[in-house]
Amino acid sequence: MAIASEQQTVDLREPSGWRRTKNQIATVGMWVAFAVMLVPLGFVLFTVIAKGASAISWQFLTGNIPINVLPVTFGGVGPAVYGTLVITGFASLMAIPLGVLGGIYINEYGGNQVLARVINFFADVMTGVPSIIMGLFIFTIWVLHFGYSGFAGALALACLMLPIVIRSTYEMLHLVPDSLREASYALGATKARVTLTVVLPAAIGGIVSGALLAVARAAGETAPLVFTILVTQTLNKNLFYGANTALSTLIFQNATQPYTGAQARAWGSALTLIAIAFILMIVARLVTARFARYDR
Amino acid sequence: MSIATKADPALPAGSASPLTKRRPFGDRSFQVLCLAAGLLVLIILALIAISMTQQSTTWFTTAGWSGVFSTNWDPAHNAYGALPFIYGTLVTAAIAIVIAFPVSVGIALLLTEVVPRRFARPIVYVIDLLAVVPSVVWGLWGFLVLAPWLQKIYQSIASGLTGVPVLSTFFGGTSVSGTSFFTTGLILAIMITPIVTSLSREVIATVPTIDREGAYALGATRWEMIRGAVWPHSQAGVVGAVLLGLGRAMGETIAAALVIGSSATITTHLFNPGYSMPSVIANEFGEATVGEFRSALIGMGVLLFVLTIIINLSARAIVDRSARRSQGA
Repeated sequence: MAIASEQQTVDLREPSGWRRTKNQIATVGMWVAFAVMLVPLGFVLFTVIAKGASAISWQFLTGNIPINVLPVTFGGVGPAVYGTLVITGFASLMAIPLGVLGGIYINEYGGNQVLARVINFFADVMTGVPSIIMGLFIFTIWVLHFGYSGFAGALALACLMLPIVIRSTYEMLHLVPDSLREASYALGATKARVTLTVVLPAAIGGIVSGALLAVARAAGETAPLVFTILVTQTLNKNLFYGANTALSTLIFQNATQPYTGAQARAWGSALTLIAIAFILMIVARLVTARFARYDR
Repeated sequence: MSIATKADPALPAGSASPLTKRRPFGDRSFQVLCLAAGLLVLIILALIAISMTQQSTTWFTTAGWSGVFSTNWDPAHNAYGALPFIYGTLVTAAIAIVIAFPVSVGIALLLTEVVPRRFARPIVYVIDLLAVVPSVVWGLWGFLVLAPWLQKIYQSIASGLTGVPVLSTFFGGTSVSGTSFFTTGLILAIMITPIVTSLSREVIATVPTIDREGAYALGATRWEMIRGAVWPHSQAGVVGAVLLGLGRAMGETIAAALVIGSSATITTHLFNPGYSMPSVIANEFGEATVGEFRSALIGMGVLLFVLTIIINLSARAIVDRSARRSQGA
């Protein structure tokens, strides 16, 4: 403190005018960048709520899809809600366990082996593969042989989710301290037991929240479904046979319809879809806040 | 015996018990299960490459190099040139990057250098909010709200610029439309901003505090500190983040399919309608029931796959190298 007061003759803290101005311009620029991002977000949320909220009702969420010319007061988008929930749910059932196991392999068994590093690297690359490629891929290996079905859509979404779950699981397991593992080995536990009863529970908060974010992303995807479920308007409860429908594909179809009723159904579906994604995201945040022991 | 056990890669260090020769069956089968799940990634990627290439051979063999990379797209007369779509993909992704790069890096710097940590968290939540809005919702909004509104702005800009030499080639033109290259670029920019921001933020956060303090100790302002200490350190990583954003922008399908205008033309006029590879696949696939048409669309999927894989590989390599260098320093 004494030294600082002695140095008052040399004013180190006051940069010259232009340097200070430049600094202020830069700071303002960063805030402007943030504002630029907020504008479209606020704009799109406002539009979706303004145009979609009036459409939402119990009848809208459960009723059958009417023909496009009918106004939004007739029928609803029930089959699409059903399709989105069932297809995304089934995709999660496939992708989350496999993804967690893959993440366990990379972090617990792979060590520094080349194979584990290659898998980790390509899982990362796979998260960047466009979702439309997953749709085309399932089209070529599944739909061409077994036909369009909700299950094909679930396969495509699972391909999309798998690398995301693997990566987030790996990152969470990586945070678990080795002392926990060593303590369990010292008690004579096998590797599988250590992983399943000590390491995995220690990281479960982060893994669950990562998986939920993957589900949120998959629920909104359209491109993988367009090629695999062949959109229909009627309710199809059979996941494994026949065309199916989903909220995202319904929005895609109705967006270009000239009828106000069809467009209103698209806005209502958009609000439903955003609500599903937001709820999943908020649950993921709560899980992280409540259960995550090792935060990044 | 002991040498053989040591060489066995299936026996990880922690569980190698010298008392028993073999690990219990459940333990080994769990490891095999995990390995199988991990290998699934490589299997899926290989299957994508094989099955899609197989389905597109008709197009590649009948059209040949000159046919694939021609501008002639006329499915009614069996002409499937992919050049307009490759051009549209590159142009819209470039517009998206030009817009998203300053915004993302600005927000990343704001979060790491300006805002205190406890205020940074809510901003991160807002960015995450942007990331979970589904692409089809951006498309719906872009098509029904943004495009009609932009049309008027485009028209006044285009008419104001007639005769101006360079600018009119990009922002002029006669068939100005609300659904255009530029609108698509804007929507893509919004969609890739969250990922570019969060990756840049991770990279910038690795800059050692001692570098920052050193710059401040020399009397630098915050901006000079960013220029002198943060930027040289995180440059490569930010470039990698931008490349990953570029890959995302190229593959974005549904939003682009709705707002790009669906016109297979190559033009320098950014306010004119165009087309891109993913959007043409999504829009035309229903009509392409058999033969070369479908083969051409899947072939464009292969081109897109190869393009995004190359971009992702190089981005990852750049990020990894810069991360390793910063750890070593």
